[in-house]
Amino acid sequence: MDNNGKRKKIVKEIKVDISKCVGCRACEIACSAFHAVPKYSSINAARSRIMVVMDEFRDIFVPIRAGEYTQAECNGRNRYVIDGKEYDACTFCPASCPSRDWFKEPDSGLPLKCDMCEDEPPLEEPMCVQACTFGALTYEEREEEVEEEEVKWDDIKIAFESLAKRHGVKKVMDTFTRLSKKG
Amino acid sequence: MRYAETGFQLEVDLSKGSIEKVETDPGDTALYIGGLGIGAKLLFDRVPPGTDPWSPDNLLIFGNGLLNGTCVPGANRLSVDTIAPVNGFLGHSLMGGFFGAEMKMAGYDRIVIRGEAPDLVYLAIHNDKVEIRDARHLRGRLMDETQTLIKEELNDRRAWVAAIGPAGENRVIMASIDCGNSSAARTVGPVMGAKKLKAIAIRGTKDVYVAHPAEAWEMCSRLRKELDANPNIGDWMATDEDDSFHHNNFAWGNARVRRKNFWSDELEERWRNLKYDHMSRWTGCWNCPKACHNLIQWPGRRRFSYKCYGKDTYHMAAFQELDFTYEILPIGMDLGLDSYSTPQVIAFALELLDAGILTGKDFPDMPSDIRQRFYYLLHKIAYRDGIGDILAHGVSGAAAIIGNGAEQFDHNTVKKFEQLPIKLGKLNPAYFLMIATGEEMAITQTEGSFPQDPIPDPELREEFIKNWIAVPDKKFEEWFRQWEKRDQLPDQAMVEISDWNECMHYLDDSMGLCGFVSSFRGQFGGTTGYHVWNMPDLITLVAGIEMDKDRLWECFQRIRNLARAINSRRGLRRHMERPPEDHWAVRDEEYEQQLLTKYYDFKGWTFDGIPTKETLEKLSLGYVAEDLIKNGVLTGNEVTALKDARAKKKKE
Repeated sequence: MDNNGKRKKIVKEIKVDISKCVGCRACEIACSAFHAVPKYSSINAARSRIMVVMDEFRDIFVPIRAGEYTQAECNGRNRYVIDGKEYDACTFCPASCPSRDWFKEPDSGLPLKCDMCEDEPPLEEPMCVQACTFGALTYEEREEEVEEEEVKWDDIKIAFESLAKRHGVKKVMDTFTRLSKKG
Repeated sequence: MRYAETGFQLEVDLSKGSIEKVETDPGDTALYIGGLGIGAKLLFDRVPPGTDPWSPDNLLIFGNGLLNGTCVPGANRLSVDTIAPVNGFLGHSLMGGFFGAEMKMAGYDRIVIRGEAPDLVYLAIHNDKVEIRDARHLRGRLMDETQTLIKEELNDRRAWVAAIGPAGENRVIMASIDCGNSSAARTVGPVMGAKKLKAIAIRGTKDVYVAHPAEAWEMCSRLRKELDANPNIGDWMATDEDDSFHHNNFAWGNARVRRKNFWSDELEERWRNLKYDHMSRWTGCWNCPKACHNLIQWPGRRRFSYKCYGKDTYHMAAFQELDFTYEILPIGMDLGLDSYSTPQVIAFALELLDAGILTGKDFPDMPSDIRQRFYYLLHKIAYRDGIGDILAHGVSGAAAIIGNGAEQFDHNTVKKFEQLPIKLGKLNPAYFLMIATGEEMAITQTEGSFPQDPIPDPELREEFIKNWIAVPDKKFEEWFRQWEKRDQLPDQAMVEISDWNECMHYLDDSMGLCGFVSSFRGQFGGTTGYHVWNMPDLITLVAGIEMDKDRLWECFQRIRNLARAINSRRGLRRHMERPPEDHWAVRDEEYEQQLLTKYYDFKGWTFDGIPTKETLEKLSLGYVAEDLIKNGVLTGNEVTALKDARAKKKKE
């Protein structure tokens, strides 16, 4: 943190160049293998947190990474025309959502989200980038100055009130005390 | 726990409407690997020799290679196997792309189709949910619309759909089975039509397990980098614009005319522009660092891609240029016609017209322009209209029906199957053997490991040998070292070169590896991605099956002999094993027959080309020997070819 209430943050990015994607799905394979338990013990594209949205007949090859879970479907679907090719909104959407079975754990249905292959020791590059020999996926790290997040007292208050309502004030207090002692 | 494979196959009887998920015997995997190997086993076990290929009793098997759908780069081949209507022998075709991998993730190593549906149906598979669905509304639908409509119907754009077009529905011999731009194009499509199966849609979300995860991943990551960096593998035709090889050396029209000086710099530049002005990108198959397909958008056509010599077949058959292929190929693909054999059939028909064997009456309202004639005949064939109904039998079948001398124009088939249009001068003994005896019916499915040509410079030759990792035995190095002229090597070398070439294809086709990173690519430059030294490790690490080079080689021999036994039992005999008579201008019947005898002998086959009882028993194929004896194909007392009295008589 510096003196202006700002701090430096490493932003990790995977850049996608859709013109270079050949649709081999090596990224999906690498992702699902890396996240298997034990590591590399299985391949399953449905468990991958990246997928190539692909339509050979229409020259559509778009690798997308799983982002946030969303509870609701979109209320209207946009269509985009880029370089004369029509894409629907789903093609670029990273959400795990109720309208499609993408980015959901096939066994539990729980949403999947890209974690940039966080590992100990850290990988040089996420697995999908390592697997992409065509340069469609590239990894970038950059430093960004971000505002130090202000403490949102109102949010904390709401959270405590809701816990207190559900479990009773005493239980919440006891838990808080126990946690404080541990800390 | 099964690794690399799921341990289950889906068995569908379309006559009964029954669907069964059947656990398979892991012992079979160790013996026959998968893909072609297990396909051949099922065909031998379940399709009795007298079965008409068109009948419901024939099987159509979509069999994954053992390593397809795993982390092994370039392993994406599905082997489609049946008894082929074109000649009644083993029909085998490979499909790349994604269908096989999706099938694995749906939980199946293969789909075995039997019977015949009462009316057109398609199969919809989502993991354990399997339905036979009405497909009457898809009747006559083109290849691309069929796939799109089914995906919409299932509301699943991640599904992969393997379908037939109108040609397949109409049981045209040259019909293909396509999934996206991947195709099992040879001999198998008409069987799908006969079973009234319009398509199979598949989607899977299950795990494919790896036996030794860390080591397997390490090896596969290394191989991915090696394949990526290796310029000798993949399809050169996807990137190299100098295609003088095919145009100057292959025969145009009905495999008839060589145009030795066709290629020029001017043409190359023009075609380069033509290609890149219309190409969207290169595309590839599941988990492969080579992208071998050119995705093309031609005005007024749907996007399509082709691979290798598929870029040339139509315009060479029509004596046109590349633009003709670009405009007709997507139409042919959408009708569901194989781009290798179909142009030859059309050129054959037009030759018969020129020769007066067919007349104008056979081609009512046919345009005079050659390009329009090709379109005219393409549609006639796909819809079996008029003369197309006869041409739909392929060159050999059509020639037999037309008669009146048409047989003379059927000059480029082996066992009734259209071959690459190559007409050369001097006999090439190894090629004679491979074309004559290849169970996979096409030379491109047989050649590929031993270089096509010697290296004249002794230093470069030594350098080549030094880097020749793929070579399975020192003897091949010795033969290569002494090799000066293409057609001159000891007979033993010719026989064993054919054997090694075959071996690699049988292994690829059973393991699911693409020939372009393996069996087909050693002949140019020697350095393939896969060879008998690293294949066993992959099987051990990924599939958990203990394997070494010798055991793997024995698997090849077992599968090879089983494929041969299927055909022997269906009547394949020595006299049918002949390359086209004009394949080489200079022939020597006596020498060729001696060579064939030596090859049979080396294989442990009789003078007639049938595996002996002893050969089969050595390969744990005792049950095959028993069956051949029961069916009167063998007596059990046969000796191998060179010990046969007929071989001795010929020698004297």
